[in-house]
Amino acid sequence: MSDLIPVKEVKGRPIPLRGNDIDTDRIIPARFMKAVTFDGLGQLAFYDERHNADGSLKGHVMDDPRFLAKGDRIAVVNKNFGCGSSREHAPQALLRWGIKALIGETFADIFYGNCIANGMPVVTGDTATVDKILAAIEKDPAHDLQLDVEARTVTYNGETFSIEIPDGVRKQLLDGTWDATRVLLSAAEDVKKIADSIPYVSGF
Amino acid sequence: MASTLFDKVWQAHAVRELPSGQTQLFIGLHLVHEVTSPQAFQMLREDSLGVPYPERTLATVDHIIPTDTDSRPFADEQAEGMMSAIEKNCKEFGIRLLDRKSGSQGIVHVIGPELGITQPGMTIACGDSHTSTHGAFGSIAFGVGTSQVRDVLASQCLAIVKPKLRRVEVTGVLPKGVYAKDVTLQVIRELGVNGGVGYAYEYAGEVFDAMTMEERMTVCNMSIEGGARCGYINPDQTTFEYVSGRKFAPEGDALKRAITWWKSVASEPGASYDDVATLDGSSMAPVVTWGINPGQALRIDEKIPAAADFATDDRQTVEDAHAYMGWKPGTAIAGTKIDVAFIGSCTNGRISDLREAARIAKLGKVKSHVKALVVPGSQDVARQAEAEGLPEVFRAAGFEWRLPGCSMCLAMNPDKLVGNEVCASSSNRNFKGRQGSPSGRTLLMSPAMVAAAAIEGAVSDVREML
Ligand code: SF4
Repeated sequence: MSDLIPVKEVKGRPIPLRGNDIDTDRIIPARFMKAVTFDGLGQLAFYDERHNADGSLKGHVMDDPRFLAKGDRIAVVNKNFGCGSSREHAPQALLRWGIKALIGETFADIFYGNCIANGMPVVTGDTATVDKILAAIEKDPAHDLQLDVEARTVTYNGETFSIEIPDGVRKQLLDGTWDATRVLLSAAEDVKKIADSIPYVSGF
Repeated sequence: MASTLFDKVWQAHAVRELPSGQTQLFIGLHLVHEVTSPQAFQMLREDSLGVPYPERTLATVDHIIPTDTDSRPFADEQAEGMMSAIEKNCKEFGIRLLDRKSGSQGIVHVIGPELGITQPGMTIACGDSHTSTHGAFGSIAFGVGTSQVRDVLASQCLAIVKPKLRRVEVTGVLPKGVYAKDVTLQVIRELGVNGGVGYAYEYAGEVFDAMTMEERMTVCNMSIEGGARCGYINPDQTTFEYVSGRKFAPEGDALKRAITWWKSVASEPGASYDDVATLDGSSMAPVVTWGINPGQALRIDEKIPAAADFATDDRQTVEDAHAYMGWKPGTAIAGTKIDVAFIGSCTNGRISDLREAARIAKLGKVKSHVKALVVPGSQDVARQAEAEGLPEVFRAAGFEWRLPGCSMCLAMNPDKLVGNEVCASSSNRNFKGRQGSPSGRTLLMSPAMVAAAAIEGAVSDVREML
């Protein structure tokens, strides 16, 4: 297995994705989930929000020339982002489109876990903070947004904001233990002991 | 000190606390389906990992499977690709696959319980958000992402933060024509679509005590729609009777020992909860969703609300829902014309759901402008329905009777809405585009209400037909 990869900082052009309760069906419609790999999901992110029925662009912010950029991206969102279906295709689509981290007011549980499991920092700020960040990037999108996991800050165009990230998640990102499989496998003997102690595992 | 089922089951399965603050939790039952697993198996291969407890994982095919034909290869090449991938993966890693040939195929959350695989006191994971269904048996069951599917395959464990616990009490006796679906939609409406984030729900009170297992499954199924990753009901006599005698259930003395253990994991009187919510069941009515999330719901006698009726925070979503659904605030939900009626899904595709719907279907004929579909949740459900003559009842009324699968719940197979059709659906999600058309519109309701809507051609109060 690969070595642990710490995620201390993410830097990239911002992409504002405004709106509350943006569900994973919107992030990646179910009809695109029939592939057996995640390859190619990037260009399908938010497909129905970005395209008309004839395939032409609707003018979604992801296609707005002001927000087009190369390299890593950081999304800024509002409340309950990623609710609905547990599909990991949602963070994978965002990741493959270039989004390496998310900043928002709140996130749905499963989506949040899926992001962390892929080494994507997801951090939260109160409504006022997120509003300020959104306003700053929409006013002038041509700067890198900097997310410092260690210092719990976001910096944009010279302005620094405090954000929240739970201690445990921060630690996972910093020491690379977001790669859960590796961590879980290191206790195989304890797992066996627990398995043996559970009545239904041994058939009562 | 009195403790809860949640604490007891969690503790029995906790391997250790991880430095991240998460618990390494042993997963007693892992369910797998074709959509969220291929990438996980791929990751195993890339990292040269095996599956150390293959007998604790069970696979089926439900999401992409056509409901109008059994023949292979499937017409849809991608669906065929997923089907062959799960066949190959299960074979390679020694996992039991319940496909159509097995006679036990069905929606993963329908077959676990009906085969007696789902049992009280278990920890259950599946790469599917409606895994919460299995909580009906008094197990801790939640949906996970594909990376976590890989984790469970590779280690039989999950790294997970223990959620807080909310007791959701529904008191009283449900009036006639009010079903488990109405109760769960009402709970979500009152507690909010994200009211359960960070919580597990323990459903308790007279209404749940009186429910059958299938009704309890409908309620637990929708926990995730209220933001709670898992929801459960304490196991009782109803649970034990349901599990006993099923294919994978313990038998004889083992069953006796099992029941003793199952009783011992139930929450004790006086146990404490992080939060308690109480609703009155006796004043409930049939519920129909009008918007684009399951919390945007109305009693059948209510009118479409205006954005101004909501907190500032929610207004945008409400306006969004008005625009997408084409509503004028103040319109009555009853009488809304429908184009499609869908009865099925892991929420309401069980035999009791089909029986209730058939009871209504007997009363008339599907209106000519309505396409109506009944999709049993599993091959077992289909066989039982056939034994009871239900397909004939449905066909005579103008419904199509299909083969088991997820079908139009999320339309990954050929069953889809077209254009901006309005669908009365017994499924669990009314998100934009959920039923296969980017502009399709979904109204969630109980299966009996769907049948009523099919016959009337419009949303109707099923209480008047009973
Ligand atoms: S019936 Fe619908 S909600 Fe249930 S597992 Fe299938 S797709 Fe998911």
